[in-house]
Amino acid sequence: MDGFPILTLLTFIPVIGMIIVLAMPGKMEKEIKYVTLLSTAIQVILAVILLSNFDYSAGGIFQKDSFQFIEKYKWIEIFGGSWIGTIKIDYFVGADGLSVPMILLTALISFIATLSSWNINKSVKGYFALFLLLDAAMMGVFVSLNFFLFYIFWELMLLPMYFLIGIWGGPRKEYAAIKFFIYTLVGSVFMLLVMIGLYFSATETLANGSKAFSFDFLVLMDKANYLKDGILSPLNPHNLRFIAYIALFIGFAIKIPMFPFHTWLPDAHVEAPTPISVILAGVLLKMGTYGILRISYPIFPQITNDIAWYIGLFGMINIIYGALVALAQKDFKKLIAYSSVSHMGYVMLGMASLTTTGINGAIFQMFNHGTITAMLFLIVGVVYDRAHTRGLYEFGGLANQMPVYTGFVTVAFFAAIGLPSLSGFVSEALVFVGAFGVDTLRTLTMISALGILLGAAYMLWTLQRVFFGQLPEKWKSLTDIDAREYAMFIPLTIIIIFLGVYPSAMLNIMNTSVNTLVEFLSVNIGNISIGGL
Amino acid sequence: MDFSSLYDSLALIKPEIIISVTLVLIVVLDLIYDKNKKLVPYLALLGLIVSGIYILSDIANEGFAFKMSATSNKFGLLALDSFGSYFKLLIILTSVLIVFFAKHSVEIENTGKRQGEFYTLLFGMILGMMFMVSASDLIMIYVSMELLSFSSYVLAGFIKLRDRNSEASLKYIIFGGVASGVMLFGISLIYGLTGTTNLYSINAALQSGNINLIVLGFSLLLIVAGIGYKISAVPFHFWTPDVYEGAPISITAFLSVASKAAGFAILIRFIKTAFVTNVDGSGNWLLVPVFDWKTLISVFAILTMTLGNFAALWQDNLKRMLAYSSIAHAGYLLLGVVVFSQIGIEAILIYFAIYMLMNLGSFYIVMLIADKTGSEDIHDYSGLGYVTPFLGVSFAVFLVSLTGLPPTAGFIGKLYLFIALIDAKMTTLAVIAVLNSVVSLYYYIRVLKHMFLTKPNGEVKEIKLSTANVVYVIVLLIPVLVLGIYFSPLVNFAESCLAFLSF
Repeated sequence: MDGFPILTLLTFIPVIGMIIVLAMPGKMEKEIKYVTLLSTAIQVILAVILLSNFDYSAGGIFQKDSFQFIEKYKWIEIFGGSWIGTIKIDYFVGADGLSVPMILLTALISFIATLSSWNINKSVKGYFALFLLLDAAMMGVFVSLNFFLFYIFWELMLLPMYFLIGIWGGPRKEYAAIKFFIYTLVGSVFMLLVMIGLYFSATETLANGSKAFSFDFLVLMDKANYLKDGILSPLNPHNLRFIAYIALFIGFAIKIPMFPFHTWLPDAHVEAPTPISVILAGVLLKMGTYGILRISYPIFPQITNDIAWYIGLFGMINIIYGALVALAQKDFKKLIAYSSVSHMGYVMLGMASLTTTGINGAIFQMFNHGTITAMLFLIVGVVYDRAHTRGLYEFGGLANQMPVYTGFVTVAFFAAIGLPSLSGFVSEALVFVGAFGVDTLRTLTMISALGILLGAAYMLWTLQRVFFGQLPEKWKSLTDIDAREYAMFIPLTIIIIFLGVYPSAMLNIMNTSVNTLVEFLSVNIGNISIGGL
Repeated sequence: MDFSSLYDSLALIKPEIIISVTLVLIVVLDLIYDKNKKLVPYLALLGLIVSGIYILSDIANEGFAFKMSATSNKFGLLALDSFGSYFKLLIILTSVLIVFFAKHSVEIENTGKRQGEFYTLLFGMILGMMFMVSASDLIMIYVSMELLSFSSYVLAGFIKLRDRNSEASLKYIIFGGVASGVMLFGISLIYGLTGTTNLYSINAALQSGNINLIVLGFSLLLIVAGIGYKISAVPFHFWTPDVYEGAPISITAFLSVASKAAGFAILIRFIKTAFVTNVDGSGNWLLVPVFDWKTLISVFAILTMTLGNFAALWQDNLKRMLAYSSIAHAGYLLLGVVVFSQIGIEAILIYFAIYMLMNLGSFYIVMLIADKTGSEDIHDYSGLGYVTPFLGVSFAVFLVSLTGLPPTAGFIGKLYLFIALIDAKMTTLAVIAVLNSVVSLYYYIRVLKHMFLTKPNGEVKEIKLSTANVVYVIVLLIPVLVLGIYFSPLVNFAESCLAFLSF
């Protein structure tokens, strides 16, 4: 794979698709859809090629040498005056065990969401152009190893999302879209300040021997690079690292979404069209947890250790609160949205453990949540397309009317509950084992386990309300799923079952990197003065 | 005045001379061709371009023009340096764009025979600004500001058809008259304290001590009020929304960019020349400890951006909304002043270049839509994004850039301002500034909401664009997008233009 720019292609294939879509006349709706499908299909193929060339034994995280598929080019280089020094920003992408599962997930979900977008018939050209831009931005976030590049992709995602919800959404779309935008922007502007603060705190040595400030994640992870008087430097006794950590964390927490920053999510989900809900739940939410693992953990190891319990606490709150609120929902989609809040809590709980098992579980849960929740939203989409309502109490007995559909639903629901032999079980089990092994998290873990029970309650209750019992007269005309919907459900179902039976397929990808991360954290804890507290 | 060096002085101000000559030529041409005014804009363009080439060709040209006397005092009325040249270039570039802007504007075209006057007055403004950015004497500052002001008073009310034009003009004159009177009073107090009006001599006088600090503080406040009025900093901003809304839109755009740039240039030069004793190795300015500039400018910056942004939230008229937005941007720009370092000034230079592109772009699109629909009300924008996708998408890019989101140039402008702030360890101000940009998102995106999300009441008429319109938008659009991703050339250029003429 030497020299083949696979990560760049993965990121920019959708951009090329977007340019083609924009160049096509708006009347060629079918062709536009096929161009989009082709772009996302190429992305999936590239992701598979990436996986087949991936070296499972390379750790990544903080070691530049063990990152794979690296591309590093000079992008911005400004030789400034003495007061600012050289500004150097690289186009720096690479993959390790942390990002590969996310790359696979992004490619897969984008492809499925394209299939699910087939029924879009309002301003088709605009929709698919924005969709592809969103796809590129998401992929970019997961491959960037330079904070500046990461930030650009992170922000680039907002505008397409705003329009996708705002134009193609439901009745309260305008409110939901602006709420999403403003929440996320508040988080990311703080991220911007932290980024600049970190920039002025560490230097890297350039080829010519001179020092330059750096946005490079790997440079920022090495405390040997920090300056004595940097505002976010661990060597500075008056540093603001703790405040910066919290600011950065809130930026990510809004995206997860962590209680109490979660209120944008139900609105966005309920108003967004089905494919966008799928993207939102399947990929976007993971950016928050991915960001914490990729940036917060290795750049601020000591503070991470100090506040890990609170991450676990908020994880627990997410699990229980999300599940309780889900129990009270009357709207199918809102129920799934809150179940998402609950399931992302497991990710946070696993991360908080700072153990290999827990973090493996967290990343695996990120992937599984991506596939399972995507499927749940597709399920809601199918019934909404036909019945034009999502009221849980308006349905009943759909099992007889739509047997195949109900089969897929059952798989997805049981996977969400965490039934053994389905993928959700493995990741949740790993999270619990990891967290339970840490003394301080034990109580939190036990309370969190209640979430499984609550999850089973709302899922089974939903199954009963919608699919069993008497079929109302007005739904007698509903048809079962068609070929396109099969194409959406089958790959996800296969993945859910396969990873349930053989989880090592995914765990092996991330294991070395997670070990590297945990080891890096344990080495650095205690060596770095926290300050600023 | 020492006349022996007059020739040397004139050689230093060739660009200004060219602008003056063009002004006269426009008057003559206007008299010769009484009916046909088609040639006037081209003559104006020619003058601007020649002047621009002169500036560019010796951008590093340094020296004092119009020295007070050959022997005792070497400082002059004008200090020519690369900092001033950068702003002159910016003003020339803005003027070139404004000439095209006015050429495409229906309201200016409708003035028929009076177009000659329009360009004459426009050149009056340009000349005033160009002297302003290099003025190093309080009298010169005052005179050039008045030249700018008087031309703009007339231009603000140039279109007599609408009542609000005259209202705008009258308000402008009254506010402006008070501001310049106040400023003149401040100047007279400074003269009383130091015995000189030259900024360099004032610096020396301040360093020597024996100054009554209370009187000095009072007089500086008065001068800052005069300059604050020009850059529409809160609380001297009251004229801005009314004048911006009432003036012809090309003049509004010009005021919001060029006039503000000149105001900032004079504020920076005033502080730099009269108060800075030394610039240390890391580019920080050491000020004479006679006046707390940092607190004063910080307060102005916070007030200006916060009030500008919050007031813009409630505006339905696009011109008025952009007026408040330009107040908010003046607030961001003040952040570059408040750090008192070279990097802050660099950030301002970068921001202004980008601000010119995105702000002119926004005003131009508002003008195109207003010319066709006759309305600047946000509710009349409903559905426009679909009937004219080109305008919709371009406007989206300009507004996103004004908000400061990547990958547009506006992000780079904000980035450099925040870099300057964080480098100076002024995190509180940085936090206030980023929160402000979140607030600004709401009103910028509101326009897009109306263009793309809101269902229009009834039929939306298509807006037919001429090729010239499309080209104009694209000329502004491309740098806004390109500079967002590749900004080295602009930053390099700004960095090379940071030299102030010193002792």
